[in-house]
Amino acid sequence: MTDDRETSHNQGPTTVNRMADLNMPLTSAAGLFTANAPKVTARDVTVHYGDKQALFGVSIDIPEKSVTAFIGPSGCGKSTFLRCINRMNDTIPICRVAGEILIDGADIYDRRLDPVLLRARVGMVFQKPNPFPKTIYENVAYGPRIHGTTASRQELDGVVETSLRKAGLWDEVKDRLDQPGTGLSGGQQQRLCIARAIAVGPEVILMDEPCSALDPIATARIEELIFELAANFTIVIVTHSMQQAARVSQQTAFFHLGHLVEYGATEQIFTAPSDKRTQDYITGRFG
Amino acid sequence: MSDHIVRAFDADLRTLRGMIAEMGGLAEKMMTESTRALAARDIELARRVIAMDPKLDALQHEIEEKAVLTIARRQPMAVDLRDIVSAIRIASDLERIGDLAKNVAKRVVAIAGQFHPQKIVTGVEHMSDLVMGQLRDVLDAYAARDDDRAMDVWNRDGQIDALYTALFRELLTYMMEDPRNITFCTHLLFAAKNVERIGDHTTNIAETVHYLVTGHTLTAERPKNDTSSFTTLDEATGA
Ligand SMILES: Nc1ncnc2c1ncn2[C@@H]1O[C@H](COP(=O)(O)OP(=O)(O)O)[C@@H](O)[C@H]1O
Ligand SMILES: [Mg+2]
Repeated sequence: MTDDRETSHNQGPTTVNRMADLNMPLTSAAGLFTANAPKVTARDVTVHYGDKQALFGVSIDIPEKSVTAFIGPSGCGKSTFLRCINRMNDTIPICRVAGEILIDGADIYDRRLDPVLLRARVGMVFQKPNPFPKTIYENVAYGPRIHGTTASRQELDGVVETSLRKAGLWDEVKDRLDQPGTGLSGGQQQRLCIARAIAVGPEVILMDEPCSALDPIATARIEELIFELAANFTIVIVTHSMQQAARVSQQTAFFHLGHLVEYGATEQIFTAPSDKRTQDYITGRFG
Repeated sequence: MSDHIVRAFDADLRTLRGMIAEMGGLAEKMMTESTRALAARDIELARRVIAMDPKLDALQHEIEEKAVLTIARRQPMAVDLRDIVSAIRIASDLERIGDLAKNVAKRVVAIAGQFHPQKIVTGVEHMSDLVMGQLRDVLDAYAARDDDRAMDVWNRDGQIDALYTALFRELLTYMMEDPRNITFCTHLLFAAKNVERIGDHTTNIAETVHYLVTGHTLTAERPKNDTSSFTTLDEATGA
């Protein structure tokens, strides 16, 4: 195929990307494990913030309906790559993304694609729970309302309840839906944010260190929730806790200095990583 | 590998390795001396071997406790995790080796005063020497994290099994030659079986070293040349 396309956005220099690159070999361990069909495919993704390059040619297949963890020292580009998957980087003026990211085989940086609609398909949960200063009900109803996905109040009530149930929060809040979301505990707020993400019916949920502000019990509840959600959603989680990555994910990707160093089945990464840098990092030997 | 950011972790791992080395040394000693006791029918030496066993058991317990504590405290990953899992496995194999050496020593006490020609013991002695060498090599391979050396041990296990089968036939022949040999040869057969099983545990250790060094579990069938379970009297005597 000679269909060269410009896949960068914003006003940065263009990068030409040959479709033939789609057939290039995946990272070292990708062939070693059997995973679900790829939901998200990245090819040679490069990111600059102004003159500073943050990601160097990242290629990865993220299987659907499973949990993929990104680990690596801070500043290695995990959040940057995560934000490429729902085009959150578009909101950072100095950020330039090049390369190709496909969801279900379709290029998400296609100019005709509305990033707002993309973000309904690819939800995001952040490190610090950030409920809107509104009622619990309104926090969850917000997305379906702006996307106009529900016809009646009755239908909206149903979506709110289902989302809160899936987020494991319904029983705790069903009697106080009209109270402010900000009045919940940290762990409950985070589950509220997950309910909010689920409410618009996403296919992929990105989580950037979703437990780092939570205590161990609240963390365990989120991890349990992640496990349940993986039956229906493709989950990508950035975590600085290797134990968490080992507990919740099926695949783990190790980033270092903007490079995807190693990607493989979680059990392989944590018992027998093949790259020395991965080994040094996960065993706590980084100087 | 060493040089963790948390240096106390290095100390934990070093302690575990040191304890395995101590267990290995003790198991080796029990093995050599039980064979020497058998060859020389030295009851005193055999009793000393039997008396060493509780120490080996205690060491195994200590290693297990230390390993569990280290896992809980350091949450080891990758090669560190394999290191600790290997220590637990090897300690358990060494403990079994000690038990088997002790069994040989008990036979020495049991056969004291029995009539028998010296030539009968030679085969068991020879087999013991071979297993002894295997044990020494595999412990060296563990200390040096040397996969090639561990694999050499693993590949040689077949020789020991073959030797056991040959010995089994030989002992059957002696029993048929002279019924007065029967009691003694039966004890020797058990002793030989114990030695052969020490060989199996040595092979287990070789597999563990392979896992420790490479991160991969050996999937190939072990080399097996023990056909004694199919040996009939006719075959044994060439009748
Ligand atoms: N908005 C931004 N503007 C400029 N540089 C950024 C921005 N966000 C991230 N970076 C830089 O990009 C690199 C990767 O950062 P990030 O993706 O946040 O790493 P991680 O999530 O792995 O800690 C870092 O060097 C960081 O300083
Ligand atoms: Mg980050």
